[in-house]
Amino acid sequence: MGLLSDPNRRKALTNLLTRLNTPICIVCYLAAIMWFMGLAFEPFTLRTYMSENAMGSTMVEERFPSGERALSTAKEFDAHKRKAGGMPVEWLVKTMQARGLEVFTQSFSRTLPFPDENKERYMVRGTNVYGILRAPRAPRTEALVISAPCSPGNSNNQAVGLLLTLAQYFRSQVYWAKDIIFLVNEHDLIGMQAWLEGYHHTNITGIEYSPLQGRAGSIQAALSLELSSDVITSLDLVLEGLNGQLPNLDLANLFYAFCQKLGVLCTIQGKLQRNDWDTAEGYTHAAQTLMLMVLKQASGHAWGDHGLFLRYHIEAASIQGINSFRHYKTDVTTIGRLLEGMIRKLNNLLERLHQSYFFYLLPSLSRFVSIGYYMPAFGLLAVILLLRALDLWVHLGTPALAEVDGVREVEQQWTTGPNLRAICFLVSLESSSPGVLSVLTPVVISHLTGVALYLLPVQLQEMAVEHFPVSETEAVVLTAVAIYTAGLALPHNAQWLLSGEGTEQGWRVLKLTSLLYLAVLLGCTALINFSLGFILAITLVPIAACITPHMPRALSALAVVLLSPGFVILYCVFIYQELIESPVSISEGWILFLSVISQGILDHVLYRSLVYPLLALFIYPCWLMFWNILFWK
Amino acid sequence: MAPEEAVELVVVFSFHAQGEPRVNELWMTRTKKLKQVWTKLRFRSSCEKSSDNTGAEQSASDALQEAKSGVSGNNEDESQWQSTDVEMDKSVEAKDSLSFRPAPKDQFQEELIIRPLHSGDIYASFQFRTIWDTDFLQEGNKVSHYRLFPKSLGQVLSKFSVRELHISFTQGFWRTMQWGQPFIPSPPGAELWVWFQDTVADVDENWKELTNVLSGIFCASLNFIDTTNTVQPSASFKPLGLGNGLATLMKSEKLFHSSFHSQAVHIRPVCQDVQCAKPAWELRQTLNVVFDLYTSGQSKKEWSLFKMFSRTLTEACPLASSSKVYVDITDNPEGELFELSPATPVLSQAVVLGDRRTYSVYDLTKADTFGQLRSLNLLLRWKGENGDMLRPLLHAERYVAGFGLQTGEIHTLVYNNHPFRAFPVLLLESVPWYLRLYIHTLKVTSKSRDNKPSYIHYQPSKDRQRPHLLEMLIQLPPHSVTEVTVQFERALLKWTEYPPDPNHGFYVGSSVISALVPSMVAMDTNFTQEHPLFSSFFPVKEESNFFMRVYTEPLLVNLPTPDFSMPYNVICLTCTVVAVGYGSFYNLLTRTFQVDEPSLPLAKRLANLIRRVRGVPLLT
Repeated sequence: MGLLSDPNRRKALTNLLTRLNTPICIVCYLAAIMWFMGLAFEPFTLRTYMSENAMGSTMVEERFPSGERALSTAKEFDAHKRKAGGMPVEWLVKTMQARGLEVFTQSFSRTLPFPDENKERYMVRGTNVYGILRAPRAPRTEALVISAPCSPGNSNNQAVGLLLTLAQYFRSQVYWAKDIIFLVNEHDLIGMQAWLEGYHHTNITGIEYSPLQGRAGSIQAALSLELSSDVITSLDLVLEGLNGQLPNLDLANLFYAFCQKLGVLCTIQGKLQRNDWDTAEGYTHAAQTLMLMVLKQASGHAWGDHGLFLRYHIEAASIQGINSFRHYKTDVTTIGRLLEGMIRKLNNLLERLHQSYFFYLLPSLSRFVSIGYYMPAFGLLAVILLLRALDLWVHLGTPALAEVDGVREVEQQWTTGPNLRAICFLVSLESSSPGVLSVLTPVVISHLTGVALYLLPVQLQEMAVEHFPVSETEAVVLTAVAIYTAGLALPHNAQWLLSGEGTEQGWRVLKLTSLLYLAVLLGCTALINFSLGFILAITLVPIAACITPHMPRALSALAVVLLSPGFVILYCVFIYQELIESPVSISEGWILFLSVISQGILDHVLYRSLVYPLLALFIYPCWLMFWNILFWK
Repeated sequence: MAPEEAVELVVVFSFHAQGEPRVNELWMTRTKKLKQVWTKLRFRSSCEKSSDNTGAEQSASDALQEAKSGVSGNNEDESQWQSTDVEMDKSVEAKDSLSFRPAPKDQFQEELIIRPLHSGDIYASFQFRTIWDTDFLQEGNKVSHYRLFPKSLGQVLSKFSVRELHISFTQGFWRTMQWGQPFIPSPPGAELWVWFQDTVADVDENWKELTNVLSGIFCASLNFIDTTNTVQPSASFKPLGLGNGLATLMKSEKLFHSSFHSQAVHIRPVCQDVQCAKPAWELRQTLNVVFDLYTSGQSKKEWSLFKMFSRTLTEACPLASSSKVYVDITDNPEGELFELSPATPVLSQAVVLGDRRTYSVYDLTKADTFGQLRSLNLLLRWKGENGDMLRPLLHAERYVAGFGLQTGEIHTLVYNNHPFRAFPVLLLESVPWYLRLYIHTLKVTSKSRDNKPSYIHYQPSKDRQRPHLLEMLIQLPPHSVTEVTVQFERALLKWTEYPPDPNHGFYVGSSVISALVPSMVAMDTNFTQEHPLFSSFFPVKEESNFFMRVYTEPLLVNLPTPDFSMPYNVICLTCTVVAVGYGSFYNLLTRTFQVDEPSLPLAKRLANLIRRVRGVPLLT
């Protein structure tokens, strides 16, 4: 460890770091991108395998026979749904009771902060119906959940039909060790949230619901079912949950194993698996699948009803039936068998699913990238921030020696190196106290802008609607965009507010603070939601690394704006549309972008998704701080 | 002497008030492990073959010998028991002619009650009752001769000075909302509660030994609840074992094809006669089974003894003084709900759990019960639809609220569905120490108002030693739900303390709710329809309340569980951190720094040499 204690060698090291700083940073950045793109390359990834013993070796025999009955039940359900003009609560209760379940209902109501224009709802009032199949000779301590949303229109009738028929079939079996809850939830995620909060007797989102009458102990796993046609060509597995949480990988493995066993085509992100990994197309396909997963996870949105279970430590996934006019068809009996097999395997569990990975990315259903493989990509980006911070730290020390003459000699006799620099830094802060103010002011102002961005759009919607010819939703989104844009004007005004001029030292201190702040922010984000952290890092790190007030203003300002979080969301929208093979024009993209923002705010208010507050309260202010540096005078 | 149910409430209550911790212990074992025990359980005859006598009796006697009991000559005793049985068979044949064995007097009764449940399921409750007019607890009265009463239990009772013993093994949870009240309630898992004589000096010590012995007899590992062994239990205390009387129906694969299954042994002293001068001992062995309408009767809603048990009845147990089958036909006066065949003219009425019930009685000791086929196969044909959920007068449920692995909240809901009467209940909760109860958060609310319990006894837990014990007397307002909530924190165990499969979660046993419930009979104001007018002039006092015990669900709670492969990673990481971080810090802190004199170039040094010689100041 002589390297650090020997002043000469340390000097050599710091020299090296400062001199080679820029090349190292560039190499790191490129390496990060390369690494990330490499994750989709099959030889670099691992094959999935079942870790959980209880689900592995003992294959169950599936015997579900009554696919036809499921379809006729679906038709009956459809008829009653039409007649009731919504959820046919009474019919469902009666049908579930006739199948020997203990049936309960839960009513809930929720007023959205502003109308959801995608789903056309504002004042939501609904009822969940659920039936509990009590396992024979079991003490009501463990349960599994199968849910199907009751959607408006024609969709998901088959899911409900299959659910009810499965209930009937399961009821006559004797091998159950866990209670099984069959849940039909109204208003998809809102109903699911109400049910989960009711089940766990919590209230974190302020939804109003009636308390649940029947429970079945701690829920071990849940499957959500979405089927809208009588025959399907493939089944799609959806894993991404609220805040980018994922269920245990064993749940995906279980699904894949049964698809293989029953010969059902299975997809993830709507993409079939390909075997030609060594061709360019094969690689592109895997990379697209991976990118889709990253984008979906980064959004923090619950991409199916299962997404809300994950907060309660319940492993859950959605299974969606897709009918894409392919030649190969699968009937409902087979899907019923697949579900039967999965539920029976979950029924065999002795412990909660915990053996396999919770942090992973899937370039295909049979390959996975674990946290140990994808984290270096982020690490390489985070290193850039730290290197730049170190460089600034060194530079902050050196000119201080020139400036503060009085202290210099005493200090030099005493010691050299970082101690001195730290003292000089402190001294420089002390000797120029307006400097502290000049650093602190932009920090505070940026964060106040962030708070405004977080609070005002929802608060001000009524006023906006009064004064402008827009709907509530538009008002909220446009207010958000307006505040975001107004934030750009702040640096000039902030400078104007201050009496003194910003010093050379000042912007360096500000940049150092911002760099470390961004590093901490991104680090924490990436630990919880890698995709979000990585996307933010890949766009914000270049700004953070290069920015100085001495660059050509107009050009660099344009670059900084184009790499701001708002624009990143816009790019993500376009890339996502491109990847799901439904590209959009600029104007359509813009409309989509606005609806994504409103969705983000709604997700936060309705389900406590953290992406919107993270962006508004932390990432955007942090970006504003860099914006400030650019306009430093 | 005989504790009436009403007294029992008070006794349990007062015992806890005195701070006796071990009177009522709830034992919850893992169901899956119990399952293994249960599937191996056989009602094996212990008196059919002499070689069969090794299992239970032997282990019990071993345990007794280890405990240095005063009983001597086990083997002799066993052979004596055998011979007694043989003799006894003769005596049965020579019944009523003469009794050449005057004392001790004992008798055996058996009965089966079949109750078609509201939900369409069927409830079968077997009861075998042995009464023995002797007192083996009396000083100087050493009993070594056993006839109908099982010796292994008799010895345990006298050795440990047990006054009353109740042990039950249950799989499944009794669904009060669909099935109404059971005859004898029991919680899921195993429950053992014992009252000792007041002569016992050290209750804890006695309890420990007793559980060890009972574990041996019942093969249930009551003493090591975490590690259930799976030895085949052979706990048959029936005098003639299987193959006789009602016990022919006990075919294990059918009994375990049910929704609910509970076996219990209850021993208590009762009075010999009305004067109650001398005690007698009563042993009740019960088996309660609920058969599922859906899994067994697929298409036709039909029940028969053969369908339920894959046997029919052909005779009464020759030793039994009474052997009867009762079928509850209260809800079916006109035969609209189900059809029962063969019909019987013998009816019996009784007030059970505060409700007046009517039963069809089949007496197996009478030959004409069996008809011409010489076998009785009761047949029940359902006509009606299975009904909605019931609203039992007293009903309780429990769950854990909240999420995450740090804290949580236990909610206990107690329902009083009586329209106009309030009644008190005694709520007993025993919570393991690793759920640290925040007792200051204890809240009792009824009808959204604070309901102050009139009595609270709380014994805090001690880590790794004893659980929390919380007991409350709560008044339930009429037609209300009373909610008892208490918050807890999940403890982080030491990593060696986790059981196998730690991610399964940890069980918290059922809480027990005991109450004197106003009966349905007392609720019924319209007496005059079916009963004579004179019988309803005054309300019937003794029927106005009945004792009831309700068990809530057990809870499964996840504790923060480490990844057990983690220690290796942690060791690696710690070593690295220590080596790199600590090493360099230590180096920096202990090193002494010295300023090096820069060495002068060679030319200057030469010049200095000359200068020194000349006496001129040196160059630097």
